Amino acid sequence: MNSTQTIKGGPVTRLLLNDRGGRWFLGCLAVGTLSVLVLNLLVPASSPLHVSTYMVTLLGKYLCYGLLALALDLVWGYCGILSLGHGAFFALGGYAMGMYLMRQIGDRGVYGNPELPDFMVFLNWQELPWYWQGFDQFWLAAVMVMLAPGLLAFLFGWLAFRSRVTGVYLSIITQALTYALMLMFFQNDFGFGGNNGLTDFKDILGYDLQADGTRAVLFLLSSVALIVGYLLCHGLVSSRYGRVLVAVRDAESRARFLGYRVEHFKLVAFVISAVLAGIAGALYVPQVGIINPGEFSPIYSIELVIWVAIGGRGSLYGAVIGALLVNYAKTWFTGAFPEVWLFALGALFVVSTLWLPKGIVGIVEPLINKFKQRKSEPVMQEVVDHG
Amino acid sequence: MNVIQRLAALVFLCLSTTVVALPEGLSEPLLSKQLLKGSWSERETLAHHLATSQESSSIQLAELWLDGQLFVLKSNQTFVLTQKDGRKYQLTNLATGEDLGLHKKRAVKKVPLNNKLRKILRNALSVRDLQSTDTELRRTAIANLLGDENPESYELLKTASRTEQKRELKELISSGLALFDLKNGNEEQRLSAVQILGEANNSVVYTKLQAQKAIEQDKDVLAVINKSIDDIEQRRKFYGAVENTFFGLSLGSVLLLSAIGLAITFGVMGVINMAHGEMIMLGAYTTYVVQSLLPDHIGASLFISLPLAFLVAGATGVLIERTVIRHLYGRPLETLLATFGVSLILQQAVRTIFSPLNQSVITPEWMSGSIVINEMLSLTVNRLVVIGFSLIVFLGLLFVLRYTRAGLTMRAVTQNRAMASSMGIRTGHVDALTFGLGSGIAGIAGVALSQLTNVGPNLGQNYIIDSFMVVVFGGVGNLWGTFVAAMGLGIANKFIEPWAGAVIAKILVLIFIILFIQKRPRGLFALKGRAVES
Amino acid sequence: MKTLNTTVKKIALATSISLAAAAVQASEETIKVGVLHSLSGTMAISETTLKDTVLMLIEQQNKEGGLLGKKLEPVVVDPASNWPLFAEKARELLVKEEVDVIFGSWTSVSRKSALPVLEELNGLMFYPVQYEGEESSKNVFYTGAAPNQQAIPAVDYLMSEAGDSVDRFVLAGTDYVYPRTTNKILESYLKSKGVAESDIMVNYTPFGHSDWQTIVSDIKKFGSAGKKTAVISTVNGDANVPFYKELGNQGLSAEDIPVIAFSVGEEELSGIDTGPLVGHLAAWNYFMSAESDVNDEFIETWQAFIKDEERVTNDPMEATYIGFNMWAKAVEKAGTAEVDSVRDAIYGVTVPNLTGGYAVMNTNHHLTKPVLIGEIQDDGQFEIVWKTSGGVIGDAWTDYLPESAKIIADWTAPVKCGNYNLSTSVCSGQKYE
Repeated sequence: MNSTQTIKGGPVTRLLLNDRGGRWFLGCLAVGTLSVLVLNLLVPASSPLHVSTYMVTLLGKYLCYGLLALALDLVWGYCGILSLGHGAFFALGGYAMGMYLMRQIGDRGVYGNPELPDFMVFLNWQELPWYWQGFDQFWLAAVMVMLAPGLLAFLFGWLAFRSRVTGVYLSIITQALTYALMLMFFQNDFGFGGNNGLTDFKDILGYDLQADGTRAVLFLLSSVALIVGYLLCHGLVSSRYGRVLVAVRDAESRARFLGYRVEHFKLVAFVISAVLAGIAGALYVPQVGIINPGEFSPIYSIELVIWVAIGGRGSLYGAVIGALLVNYAKTWFTGAFPEVWLFALGALFVVSTLWLPKGIVGIVEPLINKFKQRKSEPVMQEVVDHG
Repeated sequence: MNVIQRLAALVFLCLSTTVVALPEGLSEPLLSKQLLKGSWSERETLAHHLATSQESSSIQLAELWLDGQLFVLKSNQTFVLTQKDGRKYQLTNLATGEDLGLHKKRAVKKVPLNNKLRKILRNALSVRDLQSTDTELRRTAIANLLGDENPESYELLKTASRTEQKRELKELISSGLALFDLKNGNEEQRLSAVQILGEANNSVVYTKLQAQKAIEQDKDVLAVINKSIDDIEQRRKFYGAVENTFFGLSLGSVLLLSAIGLAITFGVMGVINMAHGEMIMLGAYTTYVVQSLLPDHIGASLFISLPLAFLVAGATGVLIERTVIRHLYGRPLETLLATFGVSLILQQAVRTIFSPLNQSVITPEWMSGSIVINEMLSLTVNRLVVIGFSLIVFLGLLFVLRYTRAGLTMRAVTQNRAMASSMGIRTGHVDALTFGLGSGIAGIAGVALSQLTNVGPNLGQNYIIDSFMVVVFGGVGNLWGTFVAAMGLGIANKFIEPWAGAVIAKILVLIFIILFIQKRPRGLFALKGRAVES
Repeated sequence: MKTLNTTVKKIALATSISLAAAAVQASEETIKVGVLHSLSGTMAISETTLKDTVLMLIEQQNKEGGLLGKKLEPVVVDPASNWPLFAEKARELLVKEEVDVIFGSWTSVSRKSALPVLEELNGLMFYPVQYEGEESSKNVFYTGAAPNQQAIPAVDYLMSEAGDSVDRFVLAGTDYVYPRTTNKILESYLKSKGVAESDIMVNYTPFGHSDWQTIVSDIKKFGSAGKKTAVISTVNGDANVPFYKELGNQGLSAEDIPVIAFSVGEEELSGIDTGPLVGHLAAWNYFMSAESDVNDEFIETWQAFIKDEERVTNDPMEATYIGFNMWAKAVEKAGTAEVDSVRDAIYGVTVPNLTGGYAVMNTNHHLTKPVLIGEIQDDGQFEIVWKTSGGVIGDAWTDYLPESAKIIADWTAPVKCGNYNLSTSVCSGQKYE
């Protein structure tokens, strides 16, 4: 808003100066992460304050979902691209990581074959397919985690945005994309383990995946990824580029008439979003211990959209909060009331779209603002733009 | 009803003859013991004996056996008729008709039956059908004799050929006789037999020709055999393509049925209706409920279900529209979220009310089986009905939208709400009715789909993605687009499937849709004009 | 800093409350039994029944005074047919709820997902569904059939005189691990029996495949070559109804081309109009129609428990029944519900099965059970037409695949390994002992 104002401090401080919600959010996230780590690693298990590794892994999974929601919000909330296939990018990142983890098993698989993963021995394959070559190197896997979803998003986006596929049409073909990928990965001949996917991982970079320390580090990494992702997205949307993006969202034709190459703006956002989703998937896989074609299922991608909507579309931390809350609710409901949880989840979706059009952030933020306004001088006219 | 009447008649018959006539040298206990304890080959001999016997009571016994109705009371080794009464069986002595009262299930033993015995019994019994007035029964009886090398069969076919009037059956008989000539005749006879057989479409003939080709010594005959085989293969290819087109049309009609309701709620109204699949599910469950309430009128159940399914799904649709969607017009993407929630609730509701298991929906007699065009091509009746039904629904809907007042107001409201409202149309009512219409049509689609697939809580999810693909591919807001898209995708899928397999075919079709949308971003038949930009 | 303080306080408060609650529960001295079956999503259709079965068995056991003087307490969670959730819920059961045993999973992928967690935390799971084999975990007992307890006897039956001496086979399956493995095993078995390559047709379809027109028409053509043909179906779940309907409509009766299925039981049939299916077959270790007193009693208890006179029983229910009773017996024998002691106690434990014989737990964590072939009847039941003379020992590693023929499983000394390679004398891929 006040970008012409000169601001002192480092780039991060500068970035967050106008983002009070973001400051709070990042602060809570950092403090929460550290306290969970301290309570998990330093407090003895007997103490009532101890946080179990089960909880740490669970929270780590939520953070990955948070990053995924953030990625979706970047394209949906700020660019108006409702992707119903973002799960595909998440899963591709996850598969890239899974392939690395699979190769790390080495000869500790059930058939003891040093080269081939178990499921290939099982299908009588004689040698590693070309697309599995090199995945025993972490750096390659790490590159592929970003490259595979990024490239797919680039190809898909380049085609779609250039020919001006928008709105519902775009949503449906993104759905077709993830559906086609799901069917492909389900096939055993495709070489990714078919329906069972990749599982039974042993270690990552030489560290035992089941050790408390490794899990804590993965959790920490997820949190860091989320924070960095947030800063990146926030930086993007509050830059000049971001404002054009919002203009594209609100009036695509007008932006085009003003001389902006709309498809380029969209494409950049789409690719960045896909890469972030891929990273989220890569962090997710070692924590949950399995990746399979189910992650491509269109229903998951729709659910993902709903996290963002519930949290607050167009508010980056809102999306993350939505992901965390819905998933926490899901865990709790499936444990506490397994028979009725679909009723509750369904009702939650209906109620939140009817009465919370701007998501949770939409009700919480005005309240905070009101409260703040009453306390401080009325100069602070800071209203977050949701559109 | 039918079965019980038949049984009653049978009991009466047995009463009048008092004893079951048995193959020579066998008493009732001995026969029942042989049937229960003997080896399969012994049973096969007995089955042949009973079914070819001249004694009507032996044949009755064989018929009962074939129907799986022949039981033996373990305690005294007599044949009994059973009727289920709760957990127990009501028993009647087969020979005397004496009421033996209620017995536990384990007091009786069913006479063992396997597929081989069924075949022996059925084939032997079907010989009597050679003189039947029913063409289909005659056809089966003749087909059973085809390729049989027994001289008795030759005589039977000869006899049948004298009386048979129907042309196609005559041909069938002559190919049956030709097969004998091919096997046993001299060169000349073989030559003419092979020529006759070249016209036949029966697969037995093809196999026999192949077999003869391998052993035939005579050059001339061999040449004709090769030609005949070629002819048959040519025809096979042709009818294969016809059949494939039929499969494609039938898949297309399923797609059309599942998508057509969505073409209204999504295409016309712009609601991204994720609960569309659940409306189909409601229709299918309505069929199930109707069938379980009227177990004696299965034949009529579908006709009763159609209006009911329309009402149930339509009313649910109106309810959803009035409570949820009404608040979301102009925010299409949010309708996606809300209707997704609704779909979860509906699924779980069905799971709670009907259990998560699939329910069995019976296919009425008039919808089962197939229409035999010739020996190479037969079209399944249920698919034909579904194709016809989808066309009726499609044309009916087109008519309603185009030529009725209700249709007119619907189009008016969806095209320009403000204008329609100022012309005095109660837009709220029209919205509810339009959504109700779309949902109701999904409901009657459910009735049809219940005949082809599972009726369970997941039914809707299986169709929702395909439905969206069809509507988007055809062009949102255009019913003809939906029609062409559904049929086109169905046929394309079926022509790719034989060489690529079912999965790859589906993937290729999806990729095709993705690429097609790049070329024509608004589908096959895009709406022109100002509505496009809004 | 203020926020940190409040956060820590809040977490502390929340934790202490939940801990207090846990303490109250623990004081009642129960043995906790975890139930890990999907109650929603695509697998709910099959798994809900097994959840109810376990609950019924627990209720029965408690009526008889529980185990070791303690009551059994079921802990039910819903992994919602979502495979990663199986791992998460297994962890929840073991860490948070501290259950002593888990009954759960249906699909192989859900078991594979939960497996690392079970091994890490030394849990104990009973897996009640027929599966592809090629696995023997220290922490899982497999009470369903291995391929040699279902597929191989089924083929033997078809090739026998009673099965009409079939010599041409269609192997039709859903494209996932179980059908792939079973079909590979069968192909190699059939060839060893002298069936030619050209007499075997293999076909895979995706999950929930609903348009069977082309495939059934292909089967019909394949079967009209003059040889007796049968279909061996590993088609899974929902795809079966449209498959059988299409068979009926295209006029393929059981007399012409019988279909023998490994995944179609009484429960699946209850969703199908079985009139046109009479004569088609299935291979299982249990059928509801089995004649024995225990079975009558089991059916009666089940129908009373579920309050439905028409409700059927099926093979995975029997497997659950056997698994539960074996576990209970092993707990009594060991005098504790602690995992390692129960595992040591359970080898060789014998409990009645529902078909009138006995099931034995072997040291490869698989059961000895009889194999039955049943024919579909028009009332939705199976009639048993064939039965192995005795029990068949479940083989974790099939002898018909070259890689796994070398491997054996034996969890007692001196081998103590789930996949011991006889040719290299190595126990690969397992970190314990």
